[in-house]
Amino acid sequence: MIPELGHFALLAALAVAIIQGTFPFVGVWRRDARLMAVGVSAAQAQFVLILIAYACLTWAFVERDWSVAYVAANAHSQLPLMYRISAVWGAHEGSMLLWVLILAGWSAAVSLFSRSLPADVQAQVLAVLGALAVGFLLFILLTSNPFDRIFPVPEDGRDLNPLLQDPGLVIHPPLLYMGYVGFSVAFAFAIAALIGGRLDAAWARWTRPWTTLAWLFLTLGITLGSWWAYHELGWGGWWFWDPVENASFMPWLVGTALIHSLAVTEKRGLLKSWTVLLAILAFALSLLGTFLVRSGVLVSVHAFATDPARGVFILTFLAVVLGIAFALYAWRAPRFAADGELQWLSREGLLLLNNVFLVIAAAAVLIGTLYPLVIDAFGLGKISVGPPYFNAVFIPLTAPLVLFVGLASAVGWKRARWPEVWPRIRLALFIALGVGVCLPWLLHRHIQPAAVAGAFLALWTLIMACEEPWRRWRARGRRGIAQIPRAVWGMTVAHIGLGVWVLGLTFVTLYHIERDVRLGPGQSAEVGAYRFELQSVTPRPGPNYDADQALVVVTRDAEVIARLKPERRRYRAQGTVMTEAAVDHTPLRDLYVALAEPLEGGDWALRIYFKPMMRLVWLGGVLMAIGGLLAASDRRYRLARWAAHPAARIDGVPA
Amino acid sequence: MRIGLFVLGLIAAVYAAAQDASFTPEQAQRYQRLVGELRCLVCQNQSIADSNAPLAADLREQVRTQILAGHSDDQIRSYVTARYGDFVLYRPPFKPTTWLLWLGPFLLLALALTVAGIFVRRRTRAAPGGEPDREHLRRLLDEESR
Repeated sequence: MIPELGHFALLAALAVAIIQGTFPFVGVWRRDARLMAVGVSAAQAQFVLILIAYACLTWAFVERDWSVAYVAANAHSQLPLMYRISAVWGAHEGSMLLWVLILAGWSAAVSLFSRSLPADVQAQVLAVLGALAVGFLLFILLTSNPFDRIFPVPEDGRDLNPLLQDPGLVIHPPLLYMGYVGFSVAFAFAIAALIGGRLDAAWARWTRPWTTLAWLFLTLGITLGSWWAYHELGWGGWWFWDPVENASFMPWLVGTALIHSLAVTEKRGLLKSWTVLLAILAFALSLLGTFLVRSGVLVSVHAFATDPARGVFILTFLAVVLGIAFALYAWRAPRFAADGELQWLSREGLLLLNNVFLVIAAAAVLIGTLYPLVIDAFGLGKISVGPPYFNAVFIPLTAPLVLFVGLASAVGWKRARWPEVWPRIRLALFIALGVGVCLPWLLHRHIQPAAVAGAFLALWTLIMACEEPWRRWRARGRRGIAQIPRAVWGMTVAHIGLGVWVLGLTFVTLYHIERDVRLGPGQSAEVGAYRFELQSVTPRPGPNYDADQALVVVTRDAEVIARLKPERRRYRAQGTVMTEAAVDHTPLRDLYVALAEPLEGGDWALRIYFKPMMRLVWLGGVLMAIGGLLAASDRRYRLARWAAHPAARIDGVPA
Repeated sequence: MRIGLFVLGLIAAVYAAAQDASFTPEQAQRYQRLVGELRCLVCQNQSIADSNAPLAADLREQVRTQILAGHSDDQIRSYVTARYGDFVLYRPPFKPTTWLLWLGPFLLLALALTVAGIFVRRRTRAAPGGEPDREHLRRLLDEESR
């Protein structure tokens, strides 16, 4: 009964979404305020209905209702409650349900928090979001219904994929989807601007907080995914340029470009049509990511051909959405002529350069991800495109970008001159160079040119990120600091995050030590300055798995540093084996031990890694997200809500 | 004969479990780089360095013995591609079918920079004209309000 209720709620949500996707458009066309207002109530009703459907599916998981095919395929009687709740998004059908729930959530949020928008803009934005919801709800109902029953009812479920039984994976997909789907709001604003033909500083100011919020969720989602892979996959990797990772990284790169070009559009009224194009592209790449991950095309082009229903649906949907968006763009964008001059040596000039590099970096990831598929589809052979390719192409494309990030902080809007910029960057440049040369030597007694370059870029970014607060402090002391708007703090913190990230990335990539060793109880291995002794391996049963747990004592100069307990788990329902790595970490280094496999004679194969500055990679991601939060909560976005009289909207001068 | 060799390789792999003690530091570095660049063919997108699959262990052992036998990186790469095809290489070879893959991003960058350059040039020439200097006005207003 409950699952049928959920199914019915989804159907009702589809009906409401169709209303949301059409009535407000008609309202705008006929200038009928009542029809336009339908969007608001429809968005909220749709959200409630999908929430009901979602709650019904969760209920089926909590109650272990094996008569629901999706539940039976993704849970087990011994699966703990937390994982039964997160199992809702553990596979295809449920994760699509989570996707539409989040889409409806963003849509409802727009209906609640964008009251200050002109009625026609809000109506169009909500209608675009409603139309997108129609597509996804149809996709779920026609090809991936999570409420389908099976008969005969199985005795027990087949269990959740053990890879997903980890606290990191409980929150990783929701965060990632918040980001992916969040770009639909920027997309909807872009379409509304194209239809309405109005694209001014006010438009940019409405769009900015939504875009920044989506971006910060995506940042957190990617960071968490990397952290999870590191702990759960047992080979100490934190980024593998896997197509699924790339699918989330491409919208992130374009989203980052969008945040910066929105700044130019708001402050200077430039790059308008480019900003709109980026908003369309960011969402297009989110959709493409969904297609890649959900259609099976990544496993093999042929897997896609054998069960094409889902893949063809998403591909068609993608083609329709993007076809309409690009057609509108081609037709309407030329009218958004820029008004004002643009110099390379100005903040907007450098931001344009940053946009070029970010978008080309995203294009490189796209080429690398799709190339093997295209080559295979044309019968030109099977190739693999992996980390060596991406590192070779991506680093030359992004290193100049990091250089510009620091430079842009020292350069004002409109027009700058070298004689005024140079004194601002001189000291930072010398410090970054000096410390950049010393740091690899101090930490690892070994200087690699790449490490010096990376450390220089990181320090340069870190120092220049603090340039603006520092300038205000020098000019006006504590009052100057207190007057810094949150948007500037957001930029400062996010750029510090970038610097921290580059630093961690450089050192962990260049100075990590990996060793695969064979150890019996009582034996030890040396990795770097550390001695790892395997003391014992003992069985330890878990709720739905049986584990072997090792005790590895790490010493340095005869002093005990850590007692690590890596596990190797065998999940009972599917017999899958998982490694649970044990890590001892300080900000400057990780000591990582994973139990690989038992060998004969009571010995074990162990993977032991020394990873310098690993934590900084994730700390950088978290700082970027905090920066995004600060920027999105800037006072002027809240002011825009109260100053709702028309006169305030025409003027685009930022506070 | 072939199967026998394979089994021998397997046993050797299990025994060795990659004790890299016999490598010189330079060889150990080459080993790490090579096994990180070869794809485990029976896994879902993992390098043979990261995989616990028997086939990966076999291939790791092959790389190890060939390095110890004094073969160069290129010789080892062409040995594995002769056996498994280009699919095994995570660093795709540079040949006509992959020219676009390797050069595409840089061609796009050149194109994008040219377009941006032309755009900025046009904007620089377009004198600001009648547009009021908002930034300047704002600064003045800010100054006054303090």
